Amino acid sequence: MNNTLDKAKKGTYITVISLPQGLLKVQLIRLGITEGSKVYCLERLPGGTVVLQKSRQEIAIGYDLAKKIIIAN
Amino acid sequence: MKSDTIINKFHNDCHSHLDVKEVLGSSKGTNKVVLAGNPNVGKSLFFNYLSGMYVDVSNFPGTTISITKGTYKDYEIFDTPGVYGVSSFNDEEKVARDIILSGDIVLNVVNALHLERDLFLTMQLIEMGKKVTVFLNFSDEVKKRKLKIDVKRLSELLGVEVIETSAVTKAGFDKVEYAIENAREGNQSPELHHLLHNTLDRVGTQAEALIILEGDEFIAEKHGIPPGTADQREAIYINRRNTVNEIVSEVEFEDSKKGEFFNKLGRMSVNPVTGLPILAVVLVIVYFFIGDFISQRVVKYTENTLGKGEFEYHVKSFVGKYTPVDITVDIQDDNGNPISTKDFSFPHGLNSDVQKAAEFKKISAPHGTSTSFEFQNPFVKLFFGEFGIITMTITYLLFLLLPLVAAFYFVMALLEDSGYLPRLATMLDRSLNKLGLNGRAVIPLILGFGCVTMATITTRLLGTEREKTIVTAILQFVIPCSAQLAVIAVLMSMAGAVPFTIYVITILTVLIVLSTLLNRFLPGESSPLLIDLPAMRLPRLDNIFKKMFYRTYGFMKEASFWFFVGALAVGIMELTGLLTVWQDILEPFTTMWLKLPKEAANAFVMGMVRRDFGAAGLFHLTLSPMQITVAITTITLFVPCIASFVIMLKERGWKQGLIIWSGTWFFAFLVGGIIAQIFV
Repeated sequence: MNNTLDKAKKGTYITVISLPQGLLKVQLIRLGITEGSKVYCLERLPGGTVVLQKSRQEIAIGYDLAKKIIIAN
Repeated sequence: MKSDTIINKFHNDCHSHLDVKEVLGSSKGTNKVVLAGNPNVGKSLFFNYLSGMYVDVSNFPGTTISITKGTYKDYEIFDTPGVYGVSSFNDEEKVARDIILSGDIVLNVVNALHLERDLFLTMQLIEMGKKVTVFLNFSDEVKKRKLKIDVKRLSELLGVEVIETSAVTKAGFDKVEYAIENAREGNQSPELHHLLHNTLDRVGTQAEALIILEGDEFIAEKHGIPPGTADQREAIYINRRNTVNEIVSEVEFEDSKKGEFFNKLGRMSVNPVTGLPILAVVLVIVYFFIGDFISQRVVKYTENTLGKGEFEYHVKSFVGKYTPVDITVDIQDDNGNPISTKDFSFPHGLNSDVQKAAEFKKISAPHGTSTSFEFQNPFVKLFFGEFGIITMTITYLLFLLLPLVAAFYFVMALLEDSGYLPRLATMLDRSLNKLGLNGRAVIPLILGFGCVTMATITTRLLGTEREKTIVTAILQFVIPCSAQLAVIAVLMSMAGAVPFTIYVITILTVLIVLSTLLNRFLPGESSPLLIDLPAMRLPRLDNIFKKMFYRTYGFMKEASFWFFVGALAVGIMELTGLLTVWQDILEPFTTMWLKLPKEAANAFVMGMVRRDFGAAGLFHLTLSPMQITVAITTITLFVPCIASFVIMLKERGWKQGLIIWSGTWFFAFLVGGIIAQIFV
């Protein structure tokens, strides 16, 4: 089921389906988040800020960006 | 630069591949073995072990970089400069690239402690289609640090032999022959082959095809085809980086329980349920360190004893030797209460009346005295008077601001290096979104409580102009700097709980109204939060001090000049009587609208010089608790000190700076007045 990242469940693995275009996409890829990559949702704060974990790296993504990222869980 | 041109010329004129082959001595029948690795991985120890007696050192064509060649049994062994990847960013890389391209077998030396860094090159060598064996060096260090590396799994994932070695104990060195004989092509992704297909058809070797696709102009030119685009290179690099990260996460384990504790702490500080109490603890510790220890004890000593008591006293007595001056010496008891006052007048300077000067020195020298100088000459006053450009500004910069700013940068570095700050930014992100900001804005906002000028400079780290404007406005309007906080705290404790509550609610309301308005009406969009959270750990003190030192130095270097400019401006205003004009203009507003005594107008005008002067000016007035509330609210919202005003003009431009500055005048009197009309 497809969803946006801000609605990801804490403590689950999710697959990134699509990222917003532009500079933010390049930044996300540099941090290791690519379309198709499987990541762990480490934390989902009230309001929709999300902390993702990929291998040992943790990445925080604000609500405004998270709602533009489409995921499958 | 010079060798770059040489190598360019060399490539263009002489057809590099021919010469390279000559130097690299591609004799038939022998296999060429290349040692490759990142800088400082112990490569040369392997080379020395392998090559034994016969070593041939020659300069690489067109460069001053020497290459070493030796022989081991039937093999020719080549050493290469240490590089992080095969490309041509600098001469070392170009040399390493050419040697690696010409080799058959690559022995890749890897620092086991930096797998994430080193395996990037390993992966590239494998993707080039080279026969590779990996020496996992520093294996003794790995054991010492309680790291665990699954060597068998690493070998499976890479598809090549991985041999644990230690350059110190020479462990694993006996396996070098095995390593050479068993070198083989590693695991390459099918996508890569697909990607390389077209280029491979035209170039012939997979290694060169990959390097061309990664945008190497020299090798591309050699084959007369265009190099890959920046996008292509990025895609390949990203892919490789991901592969490396996955491999590392699968083969490397940390045994230490300490890491687990910090991981847990890190997670707890992001989640508001546990994060807010953690923040409270952090704030209390920071308050005791900065609010109590630094700004009360340390600054009291540096500013009063060193700054005023020593520096200003000596400078002023020296200047007083040559110019008319009236001096007042207040003698105080141990608690700072005045005992007696002694006045001196030197109409022709101290030098003209040696006897009186000696008496003055005798009375003013012991501790527990406070001396004030009143110079007659306006220009002397401008430079050495109470608000003198030299006296006041230097005391302010060196003896008040410096310890404070250093302490703030110390705490910031501590929070940053421990990994806490990015987690705090994450926790507060959503709340700051409501102000049109993202979590990163927490850094300048916290710094504002130390020094608004320092915080205004720090707004540079924010993503968009829009966010910089919002944060600057918040800083100038509602954030009281530490100099002011101390005075506010004292006055508030005199006023009581109800006025305090009114004050806090008023300031918070202004904050919310202000940022909501800016967020609504400023064009554009603020950038979303996107940060990586480094592992939580105990920070290294030497790093903390290094950061503190560089940042403090940077701030002092950048801001000091503007403090002098600000002091000069105020000095001239005082000299020309403009300051009194301001006071006269403000007087009716102060008495009628704010319902304060007319002397409070002085406090507001002095607040333009240094914010704490403004607040401190209120000490001498007899005010009711509600009047204190009005005065403190107005002073908090009122214009920032002249230095942060000038820095703001520099950072945000004249137009925006002046709008914010005038806005603080308007809001301060508007809000202060409303409270006065309701409560006083």
